[in-house]
Amino acid sequence: MNALLEMLSFPFMTRALIAGSLIALSAALLGVTLVLKRYSMIGDGLSHVGFGAMAVAALLNVAPLVVAIPVVVIAAFILLRFQNQAKLRGDTAIAVISTGFLAVGVILIHFSKGGNVDLMNYMFGSILALREIDVWTGIVLSVIVTAAFILLYNRIFAITFDETFAKATGIRTGFYNTVLAILTAITIVLGMRLMGALLISGLIIFPAITAMNLFRSFKKVVVTSGIVAVVSVVSGLIVSYFFGIPTGAGIVCINVTLLILSALISRIIKKD
Amino acid sequence: MALIECKNLTLSYDNKPVIENVSFTLEEGSYFCIVGENGSGKSTLIKAILGLKKPVSGTIDFAENLSQTEIGFIPQHSEIQDAFPASVKEVVLSGCLNSCGILPFYRKAQIKKANYTMELLGITEIAKKSFKNLSGGQRQRVLLARALCATNKVLLLDEPVNGLDPVVTEELYKIINDLNEKGITIIMVSHDIRSVAKYAKQVLHLDKEQWFCGSIDEYRDSEIGHSFLCDHSHCEHEHHEHNKSEEEETV
Ligand SMILES: Nc1ncnc2c1ncn2[C@@H]1O[C@H](COP(=O)(O)OP(=O)(O)O)[C@@H](O)[C@H]1O
Ligand SMILES: [Mg+2]
Repeated sequence: MNALLEMLSFPFMTRALIAGSLIALSAALLGVTLVLKRYSMIGDGLSHVGFGAMAVAALLNVAPLVVAIPVVVIAAFILLRFQNQAKLRGDTAIAVISTGFLAVGVILIHFSKGGNVDLMNYMFGSILALREIDVWTGIVLSVIVTAAFILLYNRIFAITFDETFAKATGIRTGFYNTVLAILTAITIVLGMRLMGALLISGLIIFPAITAMNLFRSFKKVVVTSGIVAVVSVVSGLIVSYFFGIPTGAGIVCINVTLLILSALISRIIKKD
Repeated sequence: MALIECKNLTLSYDNKPVIENVSFTLEEGSYFCIVGENGSGKSTLIKAILGLKKPVSGTIDFAENLSQTEIGFIPQHSEIQDAFPASVKEVVLSGCLNSCGILPFYRKAQIKKANYTMELLGITEIAKKSFKNLSGGQRQRVLLARALCATNKVLLLDEPVNGLDPVVTEELYKIINDLNEKGITIIMVSHDIRSVAKYAKQVLHLDKEQWFCGSIDEYRDSEIGHSFLCDHSHCEHEHHEHNKSEEEETV
């Protein structure tokens, strides 16, 4: 107990907890749609693009978010365009763009000051990575993402469930897909410092799948997914604080555990 | 009064025309069946009526009291994923979105409408059930309820009974016919020639080179209609002739 209190007395830890929970919430809400639309690989691709962009920012010594957010938003547009054309070409485009940016990022970080420690932090996440300015941007942007998701909830459901029908009834599906892409891009960039480039997509995919194991209505899945994400980030942060492991890895491990539990539970209680 | 009027419509994919110069007039309250071989462009025409496919040339005009987004629609192969987590009620309600305007949430009137259509189609008991666990027939009812939420004038059904067993098929036809008698215009793509003969008021036959549009009686008398109706079912004429020849043999 004392150890927990002591942990909270570190400002970096409270920062990580607050910003981490909010970012996890946005990621999980968007994650349900992305997984169901089979866009979850886009999240993975975008995080690698973000990694490259952040490496450039580090080299130029400018604020990482300033470079990364616009670059990742543009990448999201391009990937969505490919995805809509053909499944195979979409997957190939993601692989090409993401590995390309990853390689460039690794080289740039190698040449900038930090070396291996920095590289580890970028790839797998670090509590110490969040500065005050990151926290505030994180809070503001994730509140915006969550609010947008709630306001557009019914439309997001409609275009996720059946895009053709939604379009036929006059919903501007192109516009909402674009909004989703922008929100996803922002969320990924925000979560990257904490989760690391290689693990941020876990924050998008795992809570959604865990929730889908447990519930059968969209609303319940969305709410559960949010709760699972926040719980896993908080416990993952605590675990990584006590054991000194990279935060992204800790959080993803908790998520894997919850996923396995949910699969077992769904086996036991066959819900309709 | 004409509800939908198509004039010299040409639709194509990658510059290859699928439908050329098709014209027809759809009367309000009609039961309009679109028939034709696979690949003759029936689904493509449906997409054009819904505004999902731009015509290369020609026009589709709607009556003044009908907007293009006020059409209820059931897609051919449901593009809906098998594992999608959604309750029946959530699916039906999503049909009400076109009357939401810019408001983010459903209002009382829309929830009432969703409840009403579920009642009408006898799916109130399964409202809380998960869509993915439903049988084929139940799914079609749910999608029909969703379509009815989007419209009270026109229903577009693209091969709605595909994959359903005969009993459920008959039930669905009955529901659709009841809706038509309530004044809802039906546009249905169908392979099931018996249902066309039984319910259709107007028929549009699409073929690679030609097309035909007219009332069901005109269609029966036309060459194209005659051969189609006979090819695909045991035509009454044929039956008579068979019987006659059998009789002659026995004599
Ligand atoms: N998205 C598409 N891109 C290219 N060609 C298509 C596409 N959809 C359908 N077609 C072609 O258009 C023709 C008509 O298709 P369709 O309207 O689905 O026929 P039907 O519904 O009558 O079976 C077919 O030859 C089909 O191969
Ligand atoms: Mg078809």
